Amino acid sequence: MEAHLPVLLIVVPLLAAPLCVLLRHRTLTWILALLAAWTVLGMSVVVLLRVLDTGFISYALGGWAAPWGIELRIDVVNAYVLVLVALIGATVLLYAPASIAAEIPREQHYLFYTAYLLSFTGLLGITATGDAFNLFVFLEISSISSYALISLGRDRRALMASYQYLIMGTIGATFILIGVGLLYMMTGTLNMADLAVRLGPVLHTRTALVAFAFLGVGMSLKLALFPLHAWLPNAYCYAPSVVTAFLAATATKVSIYVFLRFVFTIFGADFAFAQMHLQTIIVPLALIAIFITSSVAIFQTNIKRMLAYSSLAQIGYIMLGIGLVSETGLTAAIVHLFNHALMKGALFLALGGVALRLGSVELEDMRGLGKRMPATSFAFVLGGLSLIGVPLTVGFISKWYLVLAALEQGWWPLAALVLLGSLLAFIYIWRVVEVLYFQPPPTDAPRNEAPLSMQIPMWLLLAAVVYFGASASLTAGIARKAAILLLGGAL
Amino acid sequence: MNLIAGLFNYWVVIFLMMAGFYNVIARGNLIKKLIGLNIFQTSVFLLYISMGKKEGGTAPIVAGADAVYSNPLPHVLILTAIVVGVATTAVGLALVMRIKEAYGSIEEDEIHQRDGEA
Repeated sequence: MEAHLPVLLIVVPLLAAPLCVLLRHRTLTWILALLAAWTVLGMSVVVLLRVLDTGFISYALGGWAAPWGIELRIDVVNAYVLVLVALIGATVLLYAPASIAAEIPREQHYLFYTAYLLSFTGLLGITATGDAFNLFVFLEISSISSYALISLGRDRRALMASYQYLIMGTIGATFILIGVGLLYMMTGTLNMADLAVRLGPVLHTRTALVAFAFLGVGMSLKLALFPLHAWLPNAYCYAPSVVTAFLAATATKVSIYVFLRFVFTIFGADFAFAQMHLQTIIVPLALIAIFITSSVAIFQTNIKRMLAYSSLAQIGYIMLGIGLVSETGLTAAIVHLFNHALMKGALFLALGGVALRLGSVELEDMRGLGKRMPATSFAFVLGGLSLIGVPLTVGFISKWYLVLAALEQGWWPLAALVLLGSLLAFIYIWRVVEVLYFQPPPTDAPRNEAPLSMQIPMWLLLAAVVYFGASASLTAGIARKAAILLLGGAL
Repeated sequence: MNLIAGLFNYWVVIFLMMAGFYNVIARGNLIKKLIGLNIFQTSVFLLYISMGKKEGGTAPIVAGADAVYSNPLPHVLILTAIVVGVATTAVGLALVMRIKEAYGSIEEDEIHQRDGEA
């Protein structure tokens, strides 16, 4: 049983998804999805603990040995991402029924859970697999189901947002497919570990360079690196609240993991950064992402859209950490990947509560919400503080490592820019806080807190935000191990 | 000569890829965009199939010690990729139908115009 954990992680939600279609009953499908997601969470934690102990787990799918068959290969890096995806997937599902009752027609609920589980499966699959083509397949499983999820939004603009995401996402995935094909052409293998070995002698060929370029652009589209981010704000803004919380916390993070895997494990840091000078592309783009998208966020009146732009800025911070190509920089990137998922998940869950009670997430409708929904408002402030990077929240840990990494290389202007970016975050969060607490509520507005079933998951994530903010040794420790592993060092 | 005739497949791939990609970017009609996307994906299928071909190779069915076989793996991969492409197109077309119901148009500029009024 325990030997099969890596594949069960994927098979359990994959089998639960069609069962949801057969069951059709709203509550029953929810219970089934919940069971599947929490089982996955449990298994992913066991896998992480085992990987921390043994280094890596390799699982031969169907019993076909590694370079020929599809291998699931889990080391510290993806075990960490697996736990993150499972944690968010399970927590958000707990929150789902009350929120979708208001946002999605009742007869479509079972389809929502089906698509959710498929997307969940895809994300777990991308993370667990050790095969480059298998990664593409899982990528498309998660993407196609997320197009369906986004189109469930009530606003008709959700349809256009979903269509645009479909076009951009498919182009991104096809670019990745081209890149993988070119790599296969040069090496005759699709297994990532095998690719890493065989690619070395042919790295100088033009085919390998083109593969690198296609993969780079494809992955950047998927992870929404500025300026390939155009699909993201609309998709997050018009999707149902639950979907936004789930996708914002997981989909781009998994794409960043794919980027790390390809650049560091397959091509190798030496080729990507010393020969191809990837740094000179990533660092400026990351900085532009941080400043432009944070500035755009300041002027948004729709808070969901504001947080979507803020997500783009956070992706900038993560890419900046990667661009520093040092142990500390990568630690910052990986720990922020985890931390940002927690806080952005919590923030979008808080907004889901607001959307449920007010039917709107426009700033002007949120006046005096601090009196009407004290708990949710406080949760939003807490999440916001973490976005800014205030001590005792996870946001601070990320910023701390990032600044440390910049200073380590003597790039103190970069450290200053990171802090300046926090100032922009402070401005857009403060706008909301000001409206929530310092403007009078409409006179007839009753006190109307979000239901407990929505508050509990939100507070769970926020508890993690504060806990891992106060004692970061666990998350940052694992992230550092992952960073060392990616840079090719021994644990 | 070899650059053109020897790499004929790849020239076709690049032509289709660019034609498809151009359509995705330049067309305002949502269906035409999807068609462009399909052509774009198909070019990649051809790229994979081409790389599996061996000069004088036959189908990989054991026929004797000296037979030359084409590599069957790219075909298998592309079978999967075709399924993925069909699924993407299906979802895309379903979305276009819903867009048509909601907006009464499948022209990108008209849709944006109608959202601007609302």
